[in-house]
Amino acid sequence: MSTANFTVPTVAANPGNTDDLVEKVTVQNLDFYYGDNRALKNINVSLYHGRVTAFIGPSGCGKSTLLRILNRMYDLYPNQRATGTVRLDNDDILSPSQDLNLLRAKVGMVFQKPTPFPMTIYENIAFGIRLYEKLSKADLDNRVQQALQRAALWNEVKDKLDANGLSLSGGQQQRLCIARTVAVRPEVILFDEPCSALDPISTAKIEELIDELKEDYTIAIVTHNMQQAARVSDFTAFMYLGELVEYGETTRMFTSPSDRRTQDYITGRFG
Amino acid sequence: MATLASGASSPLYAKRRRKNVVTMGMAYAATGFGLSWLALILGVLFWEGFSGLSLRVFTEMTPPPGASGGLLNPIIGSLVMTFLAVLMGTPLGILAGTYLAEYGRYDKLSSVVRFINDILLSAPSIVVGLFIYELMVAQMGHFSGWAGAVALAVIVVPVVVRTTEDMLTLVPDTLREAAASVGLPRSLMIQKVAYRAARAGMITGVLLAIARISGETAPLLFTALNNQFWTNDMNAPVSSLPVVIFQFALSPYKDWQELAWTGALIITMAVLALSITARFLGGERKKS
Repeated sequence: MSTANFTVPTVAANPGNTDDLVEKVTVQNLDFYYGDNRALKNINVSLYHGRVTAFIGPSGCGKSTLLRILNRMYDLYPNQRATGTVRLDNDDILSPSQDLNLLRAKVGMVFQKPTPFPMTIYENIAFGIRLYEKLSKADLDNRVQQALQRAALWNEVKDKLDANGLSLSGGQQQRLCIARTVAVRPEVILFDEPCSALDPISTAKIEELIDELKEDYTIAIVTHNMQQAARVSDFTAFMYLGELVEYGETTRMFTSPSDRRTQDYITGRFG
Repeated sequence: MATLASGASSPLYAKRRRKNVVTMGMAYAATGFGLSWLALILGVLFWEGFSGLSLRVFTEMTPPPGASGGLLNPIIGSLVMTFLAVLMGTPLGILAGTYLAEYGRYDKLSSVVRFINDILLSAPSIVVGLFIYELMVAQMGHFSGWAGAVALAVIVVPVVVRTTEDMLTLVPDTLREAAASVGLPRSLMIQKVAYRAARAGMITGVLLAIARISGETAPLLFTALNNQFWTNDMNAPVSSLPVVIFQFALSPYKDWQELAWTGALIITMAVLALSITARFLGGERKKS
């Protein structure tokens, strides 16, 4: 980030000035297939530590598919496969020997619909922590509190930690899911349209939260809302029909996109 | 508004309304016809069975003809065999249902298993009785409570398999993904998240299975047979309510016939209570 000027429009794989940044996730020549249907075509993109990368594009362009590759969520389903390379630090996460549970503990995910587990608020958070750490009751309480504070939910739920997670409002449930994700201390957090089921006030809270979280994590967010992408992200990737059309600093992408299709999309001419 | 008003008075609309009245009338009549039989059965059961209901029914053994007695040994026999059948059948059913809904959801094998399970679900219970007769009674050389319990378990399994699979399939995939996203292995996801979300429905399935087997007569006729006396030995023939009802109702003795009515009332009430509990639990699930 040496200059305040917008960087010169660049090719898709090069997001501009990234000299000072640590590359956390690197996607190279990635193709993805649902059965015989090639849903992603030769994707190259990088995610940086301490930065938010937004994926935008019309429905069906493959942005959620791309996100679900980064924690190999697609592995839960048959007939879906990815080819190419996706590196988290220096591990190839597409390798068959990759331990999926460890990967997913490192790469957390927040979903479109809030998905609290059918248990108490406390258990929703403690559950994930207990999977990988053996803590005393006091330490666990502490971690739960930290996670809930991190997700800006603590003040609203501190007196009812024993209530069912499903009893919270939609916005609170989503923050509970963020707390749950943060609690297992991931390195990367994937947000898959986290606000599309929420009201504007809850949306603003989540966006604020993403902004606070980004210092410590590598964040990717898929969104249909271009204003949201502009507000929360440092880098934006525009996808269309399974291709990554353009990738660059958010300010540049929204002011002087280099590809005609990007321009058409962000000005609302299609999608 | 204008189109709506003219639409409402159009002959087409009037015709549709008449049709609606006629069809609704027929639907009500059919419902009433069906329910009246149920009411009739319950009414007769109460009429014939209620007078015989006393403490003695629950404390005394089945009597010889002409003497007074109760239904203690068949009631206990039924309870014990039902309990054992559920104990044997439920874990099997839940494991198989879990395989179908979770691990084997996309396997070819699971459609075969599902198909066979459906056949088992609708298999006549007398066939199950004969099967266990060949398998256990003929081998052991005598009727036994164990054989009766196993025969009932064979009926429990497909019911539990079906409800477990159905209830687990209703658990949204997003919840499974959420569990996976915090690094939860599949086995733990099923135990801690999917079972918990499907719990009410799965319990309902077990209750329905109990309701189903508590009235079964045919599989017990060939396996547990009957016993006029109290027995603690599951290797011996064991008495059960449905079989005693069958035997007493067909007998020429008035006391026996009255006890049969009372026994029938007890079974019906027990099954009704189970079904209502199951409904109640099912309703809870929908609300949450």
